[in-house]
Amino acid sequence: MENLDHRWFGKRIRRNEDPRLLTGRALFVDDVQLPGMAHVAFVRSPVAHARIVEVDTRAARARPGVYAVITAEDLGDYWQPGPLLVSPPPIEGHIFHERTQPPLARDKVRFVGEPVVVVVAESRYLAEDAAEDVFVDYDTQTPVVDLERALEPGAELVHGDLPSNVAARAHQSLGDYEAARAQADVIVARRFRYDRGASAAIENRAVVAQWDERDQELTMWDTTQAPIPIRNGVATRLGLSHSQVRVIAPFVGGGFGPKIMMFYQEELLVPWLAMRLGRPVKWTEDRSENFFATTQEREQIHDAEMALTSDGRILGIRDRFLHDCGAYDTYGLTVPINSQCTLLGPYLVPAYDSEFTCVFTNKTIVTPVRGAGRQHGVFVMERLLDLAARELGLSPVEIRERNYIPPDAFPYDYEILYQDSAPLVYDSGDYAPALAKAVEMIGYDRFIAEEQPAARAEGRHLGIGVVSYVEGTGIGPYEGARVSVEVDGRVTVATGVGTQGQGHFTSFAQIVAEQLDVDPARIRVVTGDTREFAWGTGTFASRGAVVAGNACHAAAVAVREKILKLAAELLHAEREELELAGGRVLVRGQPERSFALGDLAAKANPLRGAVRPGTEPGLEATAYFGPDRSCTASGVHAMVVEVDPETAMIELKRYVVVHDCGHVINPMIVDGQIHGGVAHGIGNAFYEKLVYDDNGQLLTASLMDYLLPTSLDVPTIQTAHFETPSPLNPLGIKGVGEAGAIPVGALFAQAIENALGDEAPEILEIPLSPNRLFELMTARATRTGSAAGAGTAAPARPEIGVPARRAAEPGEAGPA
Amino acid sequence: MKPPPFEYHAPPTLVEALTLLAQHGDEAKALAGGQSLIPVLNFRLARPSVIVDLNRIDELIGIDATGPSLRVAAMTRQRAAERSTDVAERAPMLAAALTHVAHPQIRTRGTIGGSVAHADPAAELPAVMLALDARFRLRRGAEERTVAAGDFFTGLFSTALEVDELLIDIEIPAPAARSGWAFEEVARRHGDFALVAVAARVVLDSAGAVSDARLAYVNAGPGPFRSARAEAVLVGQTPDPDLIRAAAAAAFEDARPAADVHASAAYRRQLTRVLTARALAAAFARAAA
Amino acid sequence: MRGPERIDHFSARPFREGAPLSTIPVQIRVNGSTYDRTIEPRLLLSDFLRQELGLTGTHVGCEHGVCGACTVQLDGEPVRSCLMFAVQAVGHDVSTVEGLAPNDTELHPLQAAFREAHGLQCGFCTPGFLMTLIPFLREVPNPTPDQIRHAVSGNLCRCTGYQNIVEAVRLAAAAAEPV
Repeated sequence: MENLDHRWFGKRIRRNEDPRLLTGRALFVDDVQLPGMAHVAFVRSPVAHARIVEVDTRAARARPGVYAVITAEDLGDYWQPGPLLVSPPPIEGHIFHERTQPPLARDKVRFVGEPVVVVVAESRYLAEDAAEDVFVDYDTQTPVVDLERALEPGAELVHGDLPSNVAARAHQSLGDYEAARAQADVIVARRFRYDRGASAAIENRAVVAQWDERDQELTMWDTTQAPIPIRNGVATRLGLSHSQVRVIAPFVGGGFGPKIMMFYQEELLVPWLAMRLGRPVKWTEDRSENFFATTQEREQIHDAEMALTSDGRILGIRDRFLHDCGAYDTYGLTVPINSQCTLLGPYLVPAYDSEFTCVFTNKTIVTPVRGAGRQHGVFVMERLLDLAARELGLSPVEIRERNYIPPDAFPYDYEILYQDSAPLVYDSGDYAPALAKAVEMIGYDRFIAEEQPAARAEGRHLGIGVVSYVEGTGIGPYEGARVSVEVDGRVTVATGVGTQGQGHFTSFAQIVAEQLDVDPARIRVVTGDTREFAWGTGTFASRGAVVAGNACHAAAVAVREKILKLAAELLHAEREELELAGGRVLVRGQPERSFALGDLAAKANPLRGAVRPGTEPGLEATAYFGPDRSCTASGVHAMVVEVDPETAMIELKRYVVVHDCGHVINPMIVDGQIHGGVAHGIGNAFYEKLVYDDNGQLLTASLMDYLLPTSLDVPTIQTAHFETPSPLNPLGIKGVGEAGAIPVGALFAQAIENALGDEAPEILEIPLSPNRLFELMTARATRTGSAAGAGTAAPARPEIGVPARRAAEPGEAGPA
Repeated sequence: MKPPPFEYHAPPTLVEALTLLAQHGDEAKALAGGQSLIPVLNFRLARPSVIVDLNRIDELIGIDATGPSLRVAAMTRQRAAERSTDVAERAPMLAAALTHVAHPQIRTRGTIGGSVAHADPAAELPAVMLALDARFRLRRGAEERTVAAGDFFTGLFSTALEVDELLIDIEIPAPAARSGWAFEEVARRHGDFALVAVAARVVLDSAGAVSDARLAYVNAGPGPFRSARAEAVLVGQTPDPDLIRAAAAAAFEDARPAADVHASAAYRRQLTRVLTARALAAAFARAAA
Repeated sequence: MRGPERIDHFSARPFREGAPLSTIPVQIRVNGSTYDRTIEPRLLLSDFLRQELGLTGTHVGCEHGVCGACTVQLDGEPVRSCLMFAVQAVGHDVSTVEGLAPNDTELHPLQAAFREAHGLQCGFCTPGFLMTLIPFLREVPNPTPDQIRHAVSGNLCRCTGYQNIVEAVRLAAAAAEPV
């Protein structure tokens, strides 16, 4: 990019897609209405683990307005477990038992919400009526819910043909941890827990399919993040050629990971039903289904320890962790490998010994959710650093500074494998300045010296935290794009990724505009329609802008070359004399010798004469981009929190993000991605939790009990950007979509502990809640015999109801 | 999440509504603002055969401040009550509590009477009515009776209302001289059901001692209730931090909260104590002002 | 109290064995146009708008009144259209996001402010925010950030973190101020 003057790239430009979205005209999948369309409702398992004894659909079939009631038996040969979406990387000695979900449960149900029968009727209302008519006799088995109990000898088996509930195991290491441990001055060891959350896009999933008997073509609208792989897979399963299937992911109301899962049962059943019934079929997930049927993430238990020198340098880390993969392990090892790799963070870790065990449980399937396992690793690492800092008398800032990978060490090879099967090599970064910036923006030193003691003197508990993280983003394999100049001078860009609000309609336009100097408002970007672009994978791993963006760039560069070549010929000028400006190509300094790009496009597609060998008609090019490996984004988050120790309620006072995603395409969009990620992280840290009981029943299966943060729970976030460009792609960009969500749990833990000062319990788990914080404070107070914890039930509590006036002891709060 | 089928009536008069309820007995469900009932129907957790929609009965709407007491008709929208200057002047605790009831879009439809008659243990209005010593006028056929708030709420989602009886209006007595009030709530997020809330009203005598105290709780027991122990601790005493602490400790003893995914019983009891103290401090300050 | 029309008495009974579901003819005004349809009394207003009228700008996110995506205005006040039966809208004026913009090429000032401030990402929740905010801005023309945050606390957004929505409302309020 260094040769360009950056007329469009890097600018704050309003989004092209907004007018449609703001006026209610944008098409979402549930908006598709077709003549004669039938509606689907599912009969889903009400129990977590059972054998299916009998399914009786007679009453449902007899209900007026019902077109079909389908069981696993009725699917015939179409019934088969779904494909493995991501094969495990070739980690030496790893174990992986592939067990993927069937379209409808046949002999056994393995989680609450697993589809058993599908009902098709005139309307969704009728379909739900008929679904209630279906009788299923379940012979319940002991549900496998708790990760550790699942591994005990004699535990009930989620998959009876396996010897245990172990789904996978993988060990990766570098250096010699035992030797490091032997040299250590300090060892910090703890158990850490992370629990489940939902992606909770405001739009639930939906699938509409229509089979055109005359054209022999299937059209499918799907809220997927990966329309092309869905097209490929559906075609294969239905015995159609790829070109007979068109998958459209139109506007999608938030993805966050779970809208890429191949295949959701519904994605296979709806097109099959449309072909069988000869009429369009729609299924729209309702919020209740979403809590059971859409994939979830985040339950892990880590037993980790860190060995350090007395001056706070990391010598090594050892981690053993359990990862809950739910009832099926369709997404391979992506999530736990992300945890394993991301734990290392921006730090020099000379020795690492990490092994994880994936466990089948009778719970909803686990696949990546915004952050995709990275939160866990960051939480473990950042907490170990905080604990070590406390033990060594260092501040959280100091211990981080001392352990950063220095800027001259890049590319930095960690010698273990990442989720994309490529080695974990950090491409670029510079961490200490980002930390310093965050410390400055949050006012760290003044907070410790003045603000916190002053608040304490008033009886208020303010705390501060600062954490850092890295994120491997923008993995392969590849994406493609086609750029075409239209005869009216507008430009069309088509790419295969799906888009769920990331602003691709604008950022891709900016990338192309930079090459062609056409106003991005005149560049129409088409994404997520396999008829428009048929090659690619999808939007995941913070890769849309990086991989598809660079494909758009490559295609735009190729079109620019075509423009220059043809214009040079027609204008009788040397190529080097030409420039592109304002939608025209001209001889530099001679604006009269020029063509509007649209006119040139018309000349490139002549009605008479010949297109000569070696040339192509039109001003159009298709290009692909595939990075060798991921690029490493990074950041520092800091916040100030107030904790009310009497109620265990919190209030976020200030929040700062300093982020490095390489070159920024559109700062407005990047900031928006960060804001949303942080909000998601805040939800995960303190509000949202999927609570399963011992029977595998989800107790928080509504938005009344699953608490998404509201406008009053998310503070104003201040952002700053550092740009260490990625050398792995021509635009020098890195991904940003997930970043905001990743370190928030670790930050909450540190800041809340800091707020509670000497009375703080150790926070070793996420999500927290007021109730959980109260329990932790109570347990600590009981343990220490202190009457100051909020939880003490002693009748003579000192501070109830009247503002505490206890003066803070010098140095009482904050790092010593 | 589509409601099951039902027989639907939207009568324009109270008489017709009562006739329909009498005719259908416990097969029928009265539909007020619908902000609790319709979600339950959408989840198919209830399936009344008959819905009697009260939303077209004009005589059930209105706020009357002409008499000695404030009268709020049952189908008065929560949003209308929240904006009413009469409510703000005559029952400021009700106005304050309403801002904790969900969100503006819900309060636009939700009604005062509907919330009271639903008697959700986590809802704010029942406790407010207890603290305000409200009286409920009920009608069944042509028979009318008036029930004090203390007799109206009988437990978890249960009230003194018969299946074919409707709440007509709520009478809120005028506040005494030298009285003070407070409404304190802890919820996970603003607008959520209370983890615990307390509605407090105190009256001071000319010497500054507590002559009357009413402390009513949300979600600290199986239904809205008053803490008799805490009230007894207060009456006859002069307010000071020790008295507040003692009352809060008494409320803690009276609390019998349930546990759920958001709060253990122990945490709710802790909140009961903390919020009692905070509410009393605020109510005494108002009474003294 | 609100509707200018009086509806005398609606009644509809559900199907009996073998008989079709009972339906009611209704006349409902949406964005100033009157629509005649025959519907089941259980049909939610959100489904009526989307399926019967094709006004798919009103989005459905939870159908239990929490997310706010389906917010429309009933006689100018914000309501959850998933928590009303369509039949209950007879005699009232319903407004949806489709009625906001003055014409096909211009945006309503609040819509323009959302675009300017990047107050939307996936855009799915946005119609609900707009329909909540228009009555709010009528009532509170110069809101503080805190008032804005309270006003939209019944609308969930998973993408923006709300910050730019607050900014958009401030922009819209500032733009509407008399010079």
